[in-house]
Order: sequence, then C-alpha cells, then structure tokens
Amino acid sequence: MKNRGLLIYALAYLAFLYVPVLVLPIFSFNNSEFIAFPLSGFTTRWYQSLMDDSAMQHALGNSLKVGSITALLATGLGLTAAKALTRNRLRGGSAALGFISLPLFIPDIVLGLSLLMVLGWVGLPLSLAAVVLGHLLICLPFALTVLIARFEGFDPNLEEASADLGEDGWMTFWRVTFPLMLPGISASLLLTFITSFDEFLVAYFLSGTEATLPVYIWGQLRFPERLPMVLALGAIILTVSVALVALAEYVRNLGIKKATVGA
Amino acid sequence: MAQKERISWEGYGLLGPSLVVMVLALAGPLLLLAITSFRSQNGIGFTQGWTLAQYGVVLGRSSYRDLLMRSVLISGLVSLVTVALAYPIAYFVAFKAQRKFLWLIALTIPFWTSYLLRVFAWKIILGFNGVINSGLTQLHLIARPLGFLLYNPFAVVVTLAHAWAAFAILPIYVSLEKVDRSLLEAASDLGDGPLRRFARITLPLSMPGVIGAAILIFVPTTGDYVTPQLVGGAKGTMIANLIEVEFNGVGNWPLGAALSLVGMAVVGAFAGLFVAAARAATKAAR
Repeated sequence: MKNRGLLIYALAYLAFLYVPVLVLPIFSFNNSEFIAFPLSGFTTRWYQSLMDDSAMQHALGNSLKVGSITALLATGLGLTAAKALTRNRLRGGSAALGFISLPLFIPDIVLGLSLLMVLGWVGLPLSLAAVVLGHLLICLPFALTVLIARFEGFDPNLEEASADLGEDGWMTFWRVTFPLMLPGISASLLLTFITSFDEFLVAYFLSGTEATLPVYIWGQLRFPERLPMVLALGAIILTVSVALVALAEYVRNLGIKKATVGA
Repeated sequence: MAQKERISWEGYGLLGPSLVVMVLALAGPLLLLAITSFRSQNGIGFTQGWTLAQYGVVLGRSSYRDLLMRSVLISGLVSLVTVALAYPIAYFVAFKAQRKFLWLIALTIPFWTSYLLRVFAWKIILGFNGVINSGLTQLHLIARPLGFLLYNPFAVVVTLAHAWAAFAILPIYVSLEKVDRSLLEAASDLGDGPLRRFARITLPLSMPGVIGAAILIFVPTTGDYVTPQLVGGAKGTMIANLIEVEFNGVGNWPLGAALSLVGMAVVGAFAGLFVAAARAATKAAR
C-alpha cells in the first residue's frame, strides 16, 4: 500500500522532469510560429530552416571545437593530477585537491568576469581560446573526481608488478595504467565535453565575436519568430545526447566485462 | 629516503601543470577581481589610489542589500524544494524500485539537454500565451490567461528546482544506498514501526547526502544568471543579473567586482551556517 503511494509519486516526479523537456520536440514539429495550444499540424520546416542557417552551423562548429579541446585538456591534466594525488603520498596533496576543486564553489559569472578582466588587463583579445581556458576551470574538478575514483578502483600492485618485471615508467603507463584507466578516461572525456558544450555564461563573456552554440541560442531567444527553430535545435541536441549517453553506457559495460574476463 | 624524495618530486611534477592552469586562470583573475574592487572609476578609467567606496555602496544601498538577501532567500527555497521533492524519489529507487539502474537513467536523461533550453522551456510553459495558459483556455477551464505564472520568484524557484533536480537525487540516493540494511532489521526486531525506524535510522544516516545536495544546489543557484533573466521578471532578479549589468551595461567594473566578492562571502557564510546547523541537528537527533 505504502509502496504504491511511492510509485505514484515517482511517476508524477518523472512527469515533472520530462514535460518541460518534451515541449521542445513537440512544438518543433508544430506548424505555427506561436508556441501554444492547439497544435496546428505537422511540419519539418523548422528543421529545414535550421539546416539553412549558416550562423548556427558556425556556432555549432565552434562549440564542437571548444568542447573537444577542453575535454582533452581537462582529462589530460586530470589524469596526471589524479595519478599524483592517488599514487604519490604528497605533502599538501589535499590542499592541492581543494584548490583544483574550488571552481565548483564559485559562481560561473564570477569565473567568467574575472577572466574577462584579466584578458583586458593583459591585453589579450576575447576568443575561443579564452573560452577553453574558462571551461577548463569548470571541467577540471569533474575530470579529477571521475579519474581519482577510477585510480582508487584498481590495484596499484599491478603497476608495481609491471615495474618489477622491468618495464620503465612510460611503458608501465601505456601497458598497465592506461588500459585500466580507459573507462575512467572515456567517462571524463564525455562528462567534460558535454559540460563545455552546454556552458553558456563563461562563453557569453569570453567568446567575443565567435559565438558558441549556447551563446548563439541565447541571441535567438529574443526573436519570437525564431523560437520554433531553436526548439528544433534543442530536440536535436536532446536526441544526440541521449544517443551519446547510451553509447557511453554500452562502452562502459564492455569495459566491465573485459575487466572481469581479464582478472 | 632517496627513493621517497624521488617519488614525491615525480608527484609534484605530475600535479604541476594542473596547478599552473589553476593559478593562471583562477587565482590570478580572482586576485585581480579583489584588487579592482578597491579602486574607483571615472569616465575614462580607474582613478588614482585605493578606496572602500564600492563596499560602501554595496552594503549601504538598500536596493543592493535587498537583492542580495532575495538571492539567498530564493536559492535557499530552491534547495529546500529540490531536496524535499527529490528525497522520496531517491528513497524509492534505493529501497523499493525493481530496476534501480533503469530508474537512475530515466531520472537523469532530461539533464542531457541544453541548460539554456531547459530553462527556456519553462518560459514557454508558464508564459501568458504559453503552454499551460493556452491549454487551460482550450479546455475552457479558465476564461483568460493566468498572469501570475511567469516573471516572479515562484517561476524562478520552479525552474531551478527542475534544472537542478539531478544534483539532489544522486547524492541522496548514494547516501541511502550506503545505509546498512541490517540496522533497519535490528530496529524492526527491537519493535520500531516503519515511521519511527525511518526517523531514527534512515533519515539521520542519509543526512550527509541531504546536506551535500543542499549545498551543491544552494551555492551555484545564488549565482545563476540565465533563470532569473528569462523567467524572473523584475521581482525575480538576482545578484548575478546586477553584477552583469554593472560589468556589461554600466561598465562600472570596481562596483561589479565588489558585488561579486560580497555576494560570494554572503553565500559562503550562509552555506557554512547551514552545514554547521544541519550537522548539529543530525547529532542531536541520534
């Protein structure tokens, strides 16, 4: 009896989570500029105008660039830092971890504005590189959390055994550490890419004339006649992300199976 | 001894690049922000010398104080509502659900859309000619659109409670998963009913997750810009919107810098107080 109440609540909560998200695909196929009931027929013309919008495609390209560079840098830095923090007992290690995690507790607007001020002070132009730097700040704590968890998840004796068997540090990394870390690395790449791809505020301050996708979307929200097109874009982003998450989950399961077979 | 030396140098070498990035991109800029907040500005640039004038303005002007308190209040409410709504669902998944993994996936999928569009969706839903109003009018449940749905603190709270739900569900779920099931059996064996057992064991043991979730939501939402801008209207404006105006609109960087620092200090103080109070309450309950 009590369980049924909880189940009903759970379903209602799911509805609360999904209804706003489903507004995007529903009205992206609606044949009207106005986003309101009643629905007035099916159309794909909003998707068509999206395909013809070169500014959107340019912004998408920028976001893909920024997202992949940020993901690679954050994961690379996170990998070395996580190794240092888990494998070498460092004096001041927890202070370093706290310092790197600090951006989690600082509002994005402060991160973005203080970087904007530094760029102005040093005399560097606003650019996608500046956006990457800002996103690196936001993403590094996430990468580090994921990678530290993975480092703690496997036996450091495996690395020591490799060293005892005569591999040097570099070969041990490539033949033992890296393969064992691969699930963590792919999770970190995915998480940091999506975080950067979705980030608006820092990019808004630092991107200058080169808009990223969220900055472009923000600009479109002021024009009511462009809204259905923006919804179509949102529906595409939703579909692609769900597909990506499903793929990542599939890859992760492969990794788990392989690991058990290997052990 | 020599071995240890070598290893820790290697460790600092590995940590180095990350620390350099953090110093260049975080510590340096924050220092510049702090320095700027002690300057003042005329038409062309910073004036000579140092001043506390900006802090005087931030703390002295009642409209700024009100805005700061409102931001803290709205975010506090958001944390409370989000955690309260998420707790039962986390409890359900941890203790009652048949397919936990499927539920967790289902609960997190909505968060893989653009944050901007998730917030914007609420503007479409709550708007004067929006989904709720046009839907209810179509069904003849209301004669004219309801005007009180959008552009107020209520809209900000609902939107943020939706946008940040995953940050409540997951930490609470993790802490509930960790609760030792044998403790629950012991409580039942010793004669506790389900409610008493929940209040004495499950709830106190899941408090770390609840506190963590509340902080994880409270701190960033006080600095949220997008949501108040899109759905808040004049009465739902928050501190980040004011900071943005000082920087981009008015161009008064010292005042914007002082606002940012005071805002962070106030949020930090409230977050610290909350954690201390929640820990004390948990201890007292045990």
